[in-house]
Amino acid sequence: MRKSVSAMLLVAAMLLMAALTGCGEDKKPAEAPKAEQKPAAAPAPAAPAKEMQVGFVYVSPVGDVGWSWAHDQARKAVEDMDGVTTSFVESVPEGADAERVIQNMARKGFDIIFTTSFGYMDPTLKVAEQFPNITFMHCSGYKTAPNMSNYFGRMYQARYLTGMVAGAMTKSNVLGYVAAFPIPEVIRGINAYTLGVRAVNPKAEVRVVWTKTWYDPATEKEAAKSLLDVGADVIAQHQDSPGPQEAAQERGVYSVGYNSDMSHFAPKSLLTSAVWNWTPFYKDVVEKVRKGEWKSGAFWPGMETGIVGIAPYGDMVPQDVRSKVDARKAEVVAGTYKVFSGPVKDQNGAVRVPEGQVLSDQDMLGMTWFVEGVVGSTQ
Amino acid sequence: MDMDTALLLSILAATVQSGTPILYATLGEMFTERSGVLNLGVEGMMIVGAFTAFLATHITGNPWAGVLAAGLCGGGLSLLHGVVCLIFQGNQVVSGLALTILGLGLADFLGTPYVGITTTGFQAFAVPVLADIPVLGAIFFRHDAMVYLSYLLPPLFWLFMARTRPGLALRAAGEHPAAASAAGLSPVRIRWCGIFTGGFLAGLGGAYLSLAYTHLWTNNMTSGRGWIAVALVIFAFWRPGRAVFGAYLFGGVMALQLRLQAMGANLPSSLMLMLPYALTVLVLLASSARGGGRAAPAALGVNIEPEE
Repeated sequence: MRKSVSAMLLVAAMLLMAALTGCGEDKKPAEAPKAEQKPAAAPAPAAPAKEMQVGFVYVSPVGDVGWSWAHDQARKAVEDMDGVTTSFVESVPEGADAERVIQNMARKGFDIIFTTSFGYMDPTLKVAEQFPNITFMHCSGYKTAPNMSNYFGRMYQARYLTGMVAGAMTKSNVLGYVAAFPIPEVIRGINAYTLGVRAVNPKAEVRVVWTKTWYDPATEKEAAKSLLDVGADVIAQHQDSPGPQEAAQERGVYSVGYNSDMSHFAPKSLLTSAVWNWTPFYKDVVEKVRKGEWKSGAFWPGMETGIVGIAPYGDMVPQDVRSKVDARKAEVVAGTYKVFSGPVKDQNGAVRVPEGQVLSDQDMLGMTWFVEGVVGSTQ
Repeated sequence: MDMDTALLLSILAATVQSGTPILYATLGEMFTERSGVLNLGVEGMMIVGAFTAFLATHITGNPWAGVLAAGLCGGGLSLLHGVVCLIFQGNQVVSGLALTILGLGLADFLGTPYVGITTTGFQAFAVPVLADIPVLGAIFFRHDAMVYLSYLLPPLFWLFMARTRPGLALRAAGEHPAAASAAGLSPVRIRWCGIFTGGFLAGLGGAYLSLAYTHLWTNNMTSGRGWIAVALVIFAFWRPGRAVFGAYLFGGVMALQLRLQAMGANLPSSLMLMLPYALTVLVLLASSARGGGRAAPAALGVNIEPEE
């Protein structure tokens, strides 16, 4: 009987925890704010400046070295700003739960709420309409409101550069790409990567395997292995786990990471990673809101702001490749080189972007076709 | 060896690997069901096994400690099912479903701090002599220790059921507990053993995912494999040999669909990903049409009422 009693206690504890997280409880250790409360540089004699409260909602656990981890690095930087406290709720499912979590943050009087997954778009909009005095920032969607912006980064620029590295390093001229879902964001990344590959190596092709999951290391690894089996010798990925990197390292071939610098997972294999750095953007938003200069809009900053970038090269990347990629990176940052500048052909050889033209943001955001050089289906 | 042969061999080798976690779980559930208890908590026991295997390996550095921990924790969780069904005569279906949800939640809750860390785990090694057999060597004998262990289970399972006294007792508890009781056996005690063994093996199936298939832990990494195992028990008509066939069939479809994509077959990936599940439905239909239901232990899912 003891077993069942302790089991019941366990269940009760679990339910309690679930209730607490569900309520959007501040997960930060309680003592942290106390320790950090320091008077402003010039103590105002009138009402002391109110601490700004900034909330973050994540779709996956922070510890995943992936998407949410990258956002949380920026949250920590925001936390270090004067007069700002932050808190976050992780692993929030997209949909009704998300609305509840966001609403809870809004009720508690947060000043800014960042919601960092596509599926949070409608819940965020709904709560934004109820709380017109709070600033909402939604990542990767397309809807806005007077107090809600959407934002993303031009990750495809970083993808292009990592493609150049991969194209220069392949010997078999077959590159593998493990990808989650055939949505425009992912397709755009594959296309940019392929354009980068073929900029330095016109004979190479990029083979795509869809896993239909963001987060299943076993399937992702198996997908990478299937690409290795057909002769791929560089593996890139658009997933949230380093499963593909592990497969590449085990076979002794190269890989390209995503989200954050994955070199510690596969030091012998990783050429570079396409990485997010949300810190400058998030700090800027907080500053603007504080000064009352924030305006609603759709933001899609690129590499010039540092929001996306490429991680340090692995030791195996030779100097001539590095300088070539660095030179192109400077052009991308300066705005003199656009990734999707014509001529760009699709898989069937039809010209999608004529010579002398550049693909519009609108077309990039709705991309559903593969460029020439990609082997795979967009379905 | 030309490219096509190499590719074919790699698909078959991958088949064995992706079939292995399902095989462990299927054999476990089959064992439990042969004792007369239906436990739908396989997914929950697997995920708990995957996490505890990772944790124990992470702490001790020895993957076998991880395997043991996974078995014990998977088995421990299954005992909850025993408490509900064997002591309180609760509904086996409901209790099993609750176990799945509890297991997923528990592993998620306890495991979050460990997401994204890698561990040593098992590495593949070629079995001397056997690995050099043409074709078969490449398919079966260049895996890791847990795959080799899984080869031993189905024959042992069969021997136990068909040729030993405790095996006979287990079958009696599943077919006719009253008769078993009349023969001086304790069907309730036998069912406890059946439940624990099933949980132990499901935990091992989970351990395979976090120690051998990959060397990391993430939430929800079983991704429905436990449910496939439940369906495969019916597919296999409760026979271990057919469980091997079923588990490898599923592993094979998974390995094949990824490789078809990699080879550039211009098929919608959604359709291919659906294949294993469409197959489950077909198999269940086919097995029911052929009277597969009669192969089930007669007292499966029926609680043993306490004697007055």
